[in-house]
Amino acid sequence: MTHTLGRPDFDIIAGWIEPGHRVLDLGCGDGTLLKHLIDTRGVHGVGVEIDDANILAAIKNGINVLQGNLEKGLDEFTDQSFDHVVLSRTLQTVRHTEGILREMLRVGREAVISFPNFAYWKNLRSVLDGRMPVSEDLPFQWYDSPNVRFFTLLDFEALCAQMGLIIRERHVLDEGGNMVGNSDERELNFLGSLAVYRLTQAR
Amino acid sequence: MPGQSVGVVTSQRAHFDQPLQLRSGGVLPAYDLVYETYGTLNAAKSNAILVCHALSGHHHVAGHYADAPGNIGWWDNIIGPGRPLDTDRYFIVGLNNPGGCHGSTGPSSVNPATGKPWGADFPIVAVSDWVEAQARLADRLGIDAWAAVIGGSLGGMQALRWTISQPERVRHAVIIASAPKLSAQNIAFNDVARQAILTDPDFHGGNYYEHNTRPVRGLRLARMLGHITYLSDDQMGEKFGRELRNGSFGFDFDVEFEVESYLRYQGDKFAGYFDANTYLLMTKALDYFDPARLDGGDLTKAMGRSNPNTGFLIASFTTDWRFTPARSKEIVAALLANNRNVSYAEIDLNFGHDSFLMDDAHYHGVVDAYLRNIKL
Repeated sequence: MTHTLGRPDFDIIAGWIEPGHRVLDLGCGDGTLLKHLIDTRGVHGVGVEIDDANILAAIKNGINVLQGNLEKGLDEFTDQSFDHVVLSRTLQTVRHTEGILREMLRVGREAVISFPNFAYWKNLRSVLDGRMPVSEDLPFQWYDSPNVRFFTLLDFEALCAQMGLIIRERHVLDEGGNMVGNSDERELNFLGSLAVYRLTQAR
Repeated sequence: MPGQSVGVVTSQRAHFDQPLQLRSGGVLPAYDLVYETYGTLNAAKSNAILVCHALSGHHHVAGHYADAPGNIGWWDNIIGPGRPLDTDRYFIVGLNNPGGCHGSTGPSSVNPATGKPWGADFPIVAVSDWVEAQARLADRLGIDAWAAVIGGSLGGMQALRWTISQPERVRHAVIIASAPKLSAQNIAFNDVARQAILTDPDFHGGNYYEHNTRPVRGLRLARMLGHITYLSDDQMGEKFGRELRNGSFGFDFDVEFEVESYLRYQGDKFAGYFDANTYLLMTKALDYFDPARLDGGDLTKAMGRSNPNTGFLIASFTTDWRFTPARSKEIVAALLANNRNVSYAEIDLNFGHDSFLMDDAHYHGVVDAYLRNIKL
């Protein structure tokens, strides 16, 4: 199965975003997703990125990108100024998990989040074999990883419930980027390598 | 960065008879602007970039003069074929602002009404007045809209002011190491610098020209003070540490520490060529700059006056304590609140406020990438 820009979660995220929407992409990398959304959906996009090389690459891509540290919040953005705030494969690198989730839903109507599922069976098997997992969605060696939080689908959903966040949609993908079908919660947690969520909160 | 210098350049002079009504209530009845251009204006006149200078800058931005190969423009490292302000692609304009002391009409110019140098009678000029003068130069050059207006520090304030005062005439603004207004601390430093000049016995109320003297001591002190604020503590530490010129304490007040030697040299050099009245005017322009003032201090409202199609690149430097990254972020936030197209880079360079003049691959890469995406 081929995916937009080689990122299966991008296809899902793009599917949730309507033409003309205002999109904030946190940890936008070189701006690939935003550029795709701008080109195909005419969104107004802004990215936030901490890394110098990515800032340069995103500017080259013609993206509005702001250099900043997500750990310090999103002070420069006013309340509800975006339709969607995207955090793709980045939540596991942020120490202040609750803080960033609150900030996302302060500045945006919806939060769109993808993250690697630590409970994916291959990851679990790796740990049972005595080694930390290295996989398609967790591609780093333990000593050289930007990830600081290791959590599962069920962990994430428990936190959402605790914070009063509403899960509007959820897609779970295997390592090949294929959708994992109608399984029960525990099975999804076992079969899913990457999860993509669409969150909102009661206002 | 790759690329080359523009090489030999010449400066030009434009005379303006139409009076310039100033923010202070004063009027410049007529004035000259000296300027330089690099590159070629295209047929559509869509490739012009205006470079605005900071406190001590001028029109000689890049290249050198045929008869003075050592006199290199103050921002030569960013301008030229293959450089971020690429003269193969852009037509670059730099000028000396009114009130300056490098050839444009300023306090040391002759006031036609008296036949004597303007001196203390030269009116206070504001950043918005410079923008108006620059707009008239653009008219003269046949430029309806700048592809970009770019500047660092006080130059960045002019770029910012352009987007509010002349929103239809600026397609991109590149605002580097700048701020939407000065802090109390900034103003305090400026006032100490001014006091050094104003209390110099050779100042003569600003009319020192007729006394055939100059307030060199005051100007020297002002520059020494300013220079400290342009550098970072780390950089000064690295460069000078506590090094002694003669290896041991002299227990007197001569130059002992290398940092003293450096500052005195910088002060002397500057006091040798710069006009004290211009220094006073430039620091007042900095102090008064506050484009949000007419909107009740609401910068978001002020930036709402910019054109929705104008793009912004804001850049700051991590070690700049004169105009910190937080000051640049105020501009960014006001632009975001207006849904403007804005990018922001916080560049890790160790040269304090002066970083904006340095040749750094990442810094220049960011400016280069932004400018290359401008459609001509």
